[in-house]
Amino acid sequence: MGTKDKEGFLKLFMVYALLICIGFIYLYPILHMVSVSFMTLDDLLDSSIKWIPSSFNLANYKQAAASMDFWSSLGQSILLAGIPTICNLISCSIIGYGLARFNFPGKSICMGVIILSYVLPSQVTMIPTYVLYSNLGILNTIWAFILPAMFGQGINAPIFILIFWQFFRQIPKVLNEAAKIDGAGYFESFYKVSLPSAKPAFITVALFSFVWYWNEAYLTSLYVHGFTGEGMTSLVIQLQNFATNYNSYASTAVSGAASLNESINMAGTMLSILPLLLLYFVLQKQFVESIDRAGITGE
Amino acid sequence: MEETKKMTRQEKKALKERLKHLKSGKLEKRDGRMGYLFMIPWFIGVAVFLAYPLGTSFWYALNNIRLTPQGLLSTFVGKGNFSNILVQDPDFVVELVDYVTSTILSVPIIVVFALIIAMMLNMKIKGKSFFRLIFFLPVIIVSGPILGMLTEEGAGSISAIDMNAITSAISGVLPKMLADPISDLFNNMITTLWYSGVQILIFLSGLQKIDKSMYEAAKIDGGSGWECFWKITLPNIKPLILLNVVYTVIFISSTSQNPIIGLIQTSMFSGTKEKGYGYAAAMAWLYTVVVILIVGLFALLLMTRKGAYEKQVKRAKKAKKQEARNRKKIERRNVRNAKRIERQRAQGKITSRTTSREDY
Repeated sequence: MGTKDKEGFLKLFMVYALLICIGFIYLYPILHMVSVSFMTLDDLLDSSIKWIPSSFNLANYKQAAASMDFWSSLGQSILLAGIPTICNLISCSIIGYGLARFNFPGKSICMGVIILSYVLPSQVTMIPTYVLYSNLGILNTIWAFILPAMFGQGINAPIFILIFWQFFRQIPKVLNEAAKIDGAGYFESFYKVSLPSAKPAFITVALFSFVWYWNEAYLTSLYVHGFTGEGMTSLVIQLQNFATNYNSYASTAVSGAASLNESINMAGTMLSILPLLLLYFVLQKQFVESIDRAGITGE
Repeated sequence: MEETKKMTRQEKKALKERLKHLKSGKLEKRDGRMGYLFMIPWFIGVAVFLAYPLGTSFWYALNNIRLTPQGLLSTFVGKGNFSNILVQDPDFVVELVDYVTSTILSVPIIVVFALIIAMMLNMKIKGKSFFRLIFFLPVIIVSGPILGMLTEEGAGSISAIDMNAITSAISGVLPKMLADPISDLFNNMITTLWYSGVQILIFLSGLQKIDKSMYEAAKIDGGSGWECFWKITLPNIKPLILLNVVYTVIFISSTSQNPIIGLIQTSMFSGTKEKGYGYAAAMAWLYTVVVILIVGLFALLLMTRKGAYEKQVKRAKKAKKQEARNRKKIERRNVRNAKRIERQRAQGKITSRTTSREDY
C-alpha cells in the first residue's frame, strides 16, 4: 500500500482533545502542588488567587527543607536506593542467566516459585523477617535492604529476574557456544559475551529498582528507619512523618517558622519528589523506552 | 516386501524405546550442574528470606507471642488468632471487604484506561514523545506518603468538576454497598488513574509489535476500526491484559496507602495481651489468601474466555458445516426427484419433456 493512511479530521481532533484533557488531569496534582508551594499565607486565604501566587515566595521551601533535614536525608535516600539496586543488578542478572541458559531438573519449579513470591504480599513474611533481622543485628541498618537484594529477594526482584531471563533468552545461544569453542569457561562466557549485550536490560532494571526502592515507605520505615527512628531515614520517610517533624521544628524558638499550613506541606512533598523528577527529565528517553527494550512483552 | 517393512518399523520402535532410556550426554549434564551454580544465590535467598519466614509466619499465626526481656514467649492458641480477628476485631473485616470491592472495581478501570491511552498514543499523532512523558510521570512519583499528602490537600481530585453532584447521583441510584466504593473511586479519580503508568507502557510496546499488514488486510476486506479492535488488537494483546491485571492487583495490595497494611503493622507493635506478632501474622495470612484469591479470580476470568478471533473462527466453521449439510440435502433431494421423474416417465405418466423441466 503506497498511499498514506489518512485519519479523519474529526477523529484526530477528538484524540488530541482527549489526550490533552487527560494529560491535564494527570498533571493537575503536580501543577497544584507547585503553585500552592509558592504561596504565602495571605495568598492561601485570598480566594481571588487560584493558580498564580502573588509573589515568588521561597520561604516555604526553606522551612520545609530545614524541618526535613533535606541534604542529609537526600544523601541517605540515594544510598538506600542505590546500593540495593547495584546488588539487585548483580544477583538478578546471574539468576536470570542461570534460568535462561541452562536446562536443569526442577527449573519449572523455580519459575513457579519466582512467580509465587511476586504474588505473595510482603506482609506475610514480614514479621519473621523482622525477628530474623533483629537476631542478625542488621535491623535499622542498610544491610536489611542489601542482604535480601544480594540473594535475589529484594523489592520486586521477581520482576527483575524475569526481565533478565527474557532478555538472555533472546541472545542467540550460538554466541556462547562460539565462546566455549574458543576456550571460555562458563563464567567467562557469561560476563564477557552475554553481559555486554544485555545493556538495555541493565538500564531498565537499574531505573525501576532505584525508583521502587526510593519510593518504598513501608518496608523502609519497618526495617531501616526503625519504629522509633533510630536507623537511617529517607526523603519519603521524612515526608511520611512530615507533620510531627515540622511541628517539633517549628516549636523551637530559634527557627521562627510559621505553623504548618498547606503551602509548607506541598513544599515538603515537592522537595521529596524533586530528585526523582530531575532524574526523570534527564533520563526520560531511557525511562520511556525501557519496557520496550527489555522485552517484557515479547513471548 | 511386507516383512522388511515390518522389521524396520519394529526396529524404529526399539530405537525409540532405547532413546527414552538413554541418559543425557556428559556435556549436557555438566551444563545442567552449572545451571545450579548460577542459581545458588537464589536458592539461598529463597531458603532464608522466603521459605523460612513463610513457615515461621504460619507458626506465629497459630501462637500468641509476647515480647519479654528473655526473648519471644509463645503459647499455642491454634486457630484462636484467626477467630479473634474475624469475630472480635472491629476494623479488619470491614477494611478487608472495602479493599476487595475497591480492588475489583478499580482494576478493570485502570487496565481499560491504560489500554485506551496506549491505543491513542499508538496512533500517528504529533508530540507522541511529549504525551508519553506525561503519562509515564506518575510511575516515578507514586509512593504512599506522597499520594497521602496529595489526597489530604485535595489534589487527588479535580475541584473544577463537582464531585458531590456525581457521588450523590450515584448513591441515589445504587444500593449503599456498591455506591460507597464507586463514589470513593470518583473522589480519588486522579490517584486511581495515576496507578496506570507502567500498564500504559506495557500495552504500548505490545501494540507496536502487532503486524501492520493485518490491519491492512482487514481494511481491504472491509473491516471497520471497531471490528479491527475486537478481532485483531484485542486477541493480540490478550496475554498483556492478564499481565497488567496481575501487576495492578499486586501494586494496589502493596502500597502503603492500603489501610490493611497499616492495620497489620499497628497490631504487630501493639502492646495489648491478645495482639502482637502472632495476631499480626494471622492477619497477614488472611490478607495473603484474599490477595491470591483476587489474582486467581482475574486470571480465571481472563484465561477461560476465548478470544474474539477464536470465537469467530469457530462460528465460521460451524456455518460452513451447516452449509455443507444443506448442500448435501439439496443434492440428495435433486437425485431423488430425478429418479422419481425418471420412474414416472417410464410408467408413461409424463410424456412431454417440458413438464419435467418446468422448474428451470
